[in-house]
Amino acid sequence: MTDQISLQQRRIERVEMRGIVKRFPGVLANDHIDFEVRAGEIHALLGENGAGKTTLMNILYGLYRPDQGQIAINGQVVAIHSPANAIRLGIGMIHQHFMLVPTLSVVENVALGLPSSRGFLLDLDVVTERIRHLSQTYGLKVDPAAMVWQLAVGEQQRVEILKALYRGADLLILDEPTAVLTPQEVEELFTTLRRMAREGHALIFISHKLHEVLSISDRVTVLRDGRVVKTLPTAEATREDLARLMVGREVLLRVERPPVKLGDPVLRLEDLWADSDKGVPALRGVSLQVRSGEILGIAGVSGNGQRELAEVIAGLRPPTQGRIIIAGVDTTGWSPERLLKHGLAYIPEERMRDGVIRDFSVEENLILKNHTDRPYASGIFMNFGKIAEYADNLIANFDIRTPSRDTPLKNLSGGNIQKMVLARELSREPRVLIAAQPTRGVDISATEYIHRQLVAQRAKGTATLLISEDLDEILNLSDRIAVMYEGQIVGIVDQHEATVEQLGLMMAGAHRT
Amino acid sequence: MHQRVARDAKPRMLMESLLGALTPLFATLTALLVGAAMLLILGANPLEAYSAMLRGAFGSTNAVADTLVKATPLLFVGVGICIAFRGGVLNIGGEGQLVAGAVAATTVALALPQWPGWAIIPLCLIVGFLAGALWGGIAGALKAYLNVNEILSTIMLNMIAVQGMNFLLRGPLMDPVQIESGSFIPQTARFSTTTDLPRLVPTRLHAGAALAVILAILIYIFLWRTTIGYRIRAVGLNPDASRAAGINVKRYMMLSLVLSGALAGLGGAVQVLGLHHRMFTDGSATGFTGGAGFNGIVAALFGKLHPLGTIPASVLFGALLVGANQMQRAVQVPSSFITALNGLVVVFVVGSDILSRRRARRRESLPSAEVPALDVQPEAEV
Ligand SMILES: Nc1ncnc2c1ncn2[C@@H]1O[C@H](COP(=O)(O)OP(=O)(O)OP(=O)(O)O)[C@@H](O)[C@H]1O
Ligand SMILES: [Mg+2]
Repeated sequence: MTDQISLQQRRIERVEMRGIVKRFPGVLANDHIDFEVRAGEIHALLGENGAGKTTLMNILYGLYRPDQGQIAINGQVVAIHSPANAIRLGIGMIHQHFMLVPTLSVVENVALGLPSSRGFLLDLDVVTERIRHLSQTYGLKVDPAAMVWQLAVGEQQRVEILKALYRGADLLILDEPTAVLTPQEVEELFTTLRRMAREGHALIFISHKLHEVLSISDRVTVLRDGRVVKTLPTAEATREDLARLMVGREVLLRVERPPVKLGDPVLRLEDLWADSDKGVPALRGVSLQVRSGEILGIAGVSGNGQRELAEVIAGLRPPTQGRIIIAGVDTTGWSPERLLKHGLAYIPEERMRDGVIRDFSVEENLILKNHTDRPYASGIFMNFGKIAEYADNLIANFDIRTPSRDTPLKNLSGGNIQKMVLARELSREPRVLIAAQPTRGVDISATEYIHRQLVAQRAKGTATLLISEDLDEILNLSDRIAVMYEGQIVGIVDQHEATVEQLGLMMAGAHRT
Repeated sequence: MHQRVARDAKPRMLMESLLGALTPLFATLTALLVGAAMLLILGANPLEAYSAMLRGAFGSTNAVADTLVKATPLLFVGVGICIAFRGGVLNIGGEGQLVAGAVAATTVALALPQWPGWAIIPLCLIVGFLAGALWGGIAGALKAYLNVNEILSTIMLNMIAVQGMNFLLRGPLMDPVQIESGSFIPQTARFSTTTDLPRLVPTRLHAGAALAVILAILIYIFLWRTTIGYRIRAVGLNPDASRAAGINVKRYMMLSLVLSGALAGLGGAVQVLGLHHRMFTDGSATGFTGGAGFNGIVAALFGKLHPLGTIPASVLFGALLVGANQMQRAVQVPSSFITALNGLVVVFVVGSDILSRRRARRRESLPSAEVPALDVQPEAEV
């Protein structure tokens, strides 16, 4: 293919996808999509969960073959059969799930799979030099000698970007890069992206957060149901416009929180200590209580003990000191099974790891926590008729978009997977709900839906501990807000007294009590 | 639901699952083709060789019976392997578990020669089942509570079982006639005929084959229709989520090795009661098992780790084993060729399985596998 070789000499000026169609069993994921990105621009791709964004990008990166349609680079039609192919053409992609080898260093990861300039001998010193150069040019702070497993998520993402740049990517696709980042890291990433655009790179940016799209992109393309709704310059768009284009109706960006009568404290933590995975104390004497009908928000920069807090309450991590009291019973050291029978529901932060079994069907996942209960089981036999009824009910009530209850869960979009988890947890009428990052990676209409469900559950008297890095979400839903810093609660404020500035200061460790 | 349905998705899915089911068959044919090339190099006529093989495996009632007899232990072990793999553990201990079950059944059969068949046969089978369960359970407990890799422990338990067998057959269990005559062949006396499993037809085919098929069906029901089977599969697919959902992961991991070993142990008991009517050793494990502990794993893979798929897969491997003997006699190739051919089939079947899984993964782009993957190397990122 001579045209592809000649392309290598030239930088990417313009990439066009024309009439792209991609079908999956039961779903038309991309329906005649036309999409274009040019050098020097940041083009945002917006759409609800399942709109087809990742599918479209996977096609551009050679992971999927389109059923119909063409891709043209600088006007020449190209065939992209594999990621290797895409990389050779100057296309790089950062997936939401990183693909680094944790036991290797940063340099080794970057050099992995590339020919060495010294034949069979490694040329890591050369690679290190180039990495230094690239990180300076683009403001990507990374220590080339560090081991990947020691790096925080934000740093790992920078390594992924470096890897793509090192391989000569002119076009960089970033699939929900900010979902796992702290607000600070998002700012750093944006600085890098702007610099790359100025250097003449083309960038495709996917996010569910409208304010990010508005602040970083030059143009926006909105997808709905696998089709392009509109492509428009960002300068001409407002938050409300974009929300309406994505969802096809008006979206409430704030939920109503009617007053409820608070009941007794249902969840009480007394001087709770616990170690992190690395064996150092991550919780250092946390005491708090949540009353029936109350949502207590836990704000804080991630890595300050929130994850450990959720896991200790859910019985997945042993506390080293202190007590947990649920509905008047000391549940310290209980197994997850006993806790869930006692009325604890848990929406884990890492839902794909801790919350679902991706190779099970939607139905099998919905029944995960009560498959031994009557009427879903009689003795050791599962009662599939009743299970099907139950699953269909939840799918309808919680608006889980799936071809059927027998569809493997992994085929659902992120937002729908989260709705499945929510359905499973809330349907058991819990006394206490631990919701960790419940809307991370979830689109705005699903977020709205999940928020409404959490507020409805509050009205039913559930005591909710809401852990989130999204301050909007915390301020929107919580009755009281506790701020965590270095394993401690640095303060608790009432929702109507809280301001973003004050919370920000507390999150940085000020206001110590 | 505002997802429009793609019209041609159904037939394509059907095509794909049909192709998936046929992959191991194609792999076997490819292996036989490579075998044909080797036969040519050895100076034998491949057509003649393979037709001898076919005759040997299916040419007469006796041949078919022999094939099914050979398939029986493969099916016992294979169905056990299905349970273990679905539970996320690798059981390489089929050999040792077969031996443990056989030795236990042998001990009981020799100790109670007066008992009537309706009592002694079930007792021997149960004892074999329990001995296998114990042998699997040791590996299970080591894995669940001391984090010992089950591949290593099951292999080591194989060796322990074989040495135990050798000790018993050269000592306490040795046929008194052998001791009197001074020939000291390491084997037991023939059991009382009350312990003989009934024959299905007037050939060597015994009721153990039927028992194996019934068990395969029961295990299928167990894995997909009961809460215990559901939990075993959940633990195998995602132990973290299972734990968060209140499932005792260690217990179910252990259980899947116990059951896996129990089925192999039962298979060992069936071998001595149905086929040999005594126990013997040539010093190695294969002398008694004929390698069924390993071939059963291949049969299970061939059957896509599904108990029902393992039934035809075991028959096919049984046929391969029986037919190969006939072929060796017909075209005079060295016996190591038979081993090589067997190995070729294994490599091609396992290889095609890994390849088709890669393809499926490529199509989805996300790391996943319908069953716990055998290949652990990460997808190389280019
Ligand atoms: N491998 C697959 N097999 C079957 N269906 C799939 C597969 N991948 C995606 N889909 C379906 O295609 C549709 C589009 O999915 P896609 O992942 O592209 O959405 P998305 O816009 O990236 O959503 P999200 O915001 O949740 O990441 C969804 O309905 C999804 O369920
Ligand atoms: Mg996506």
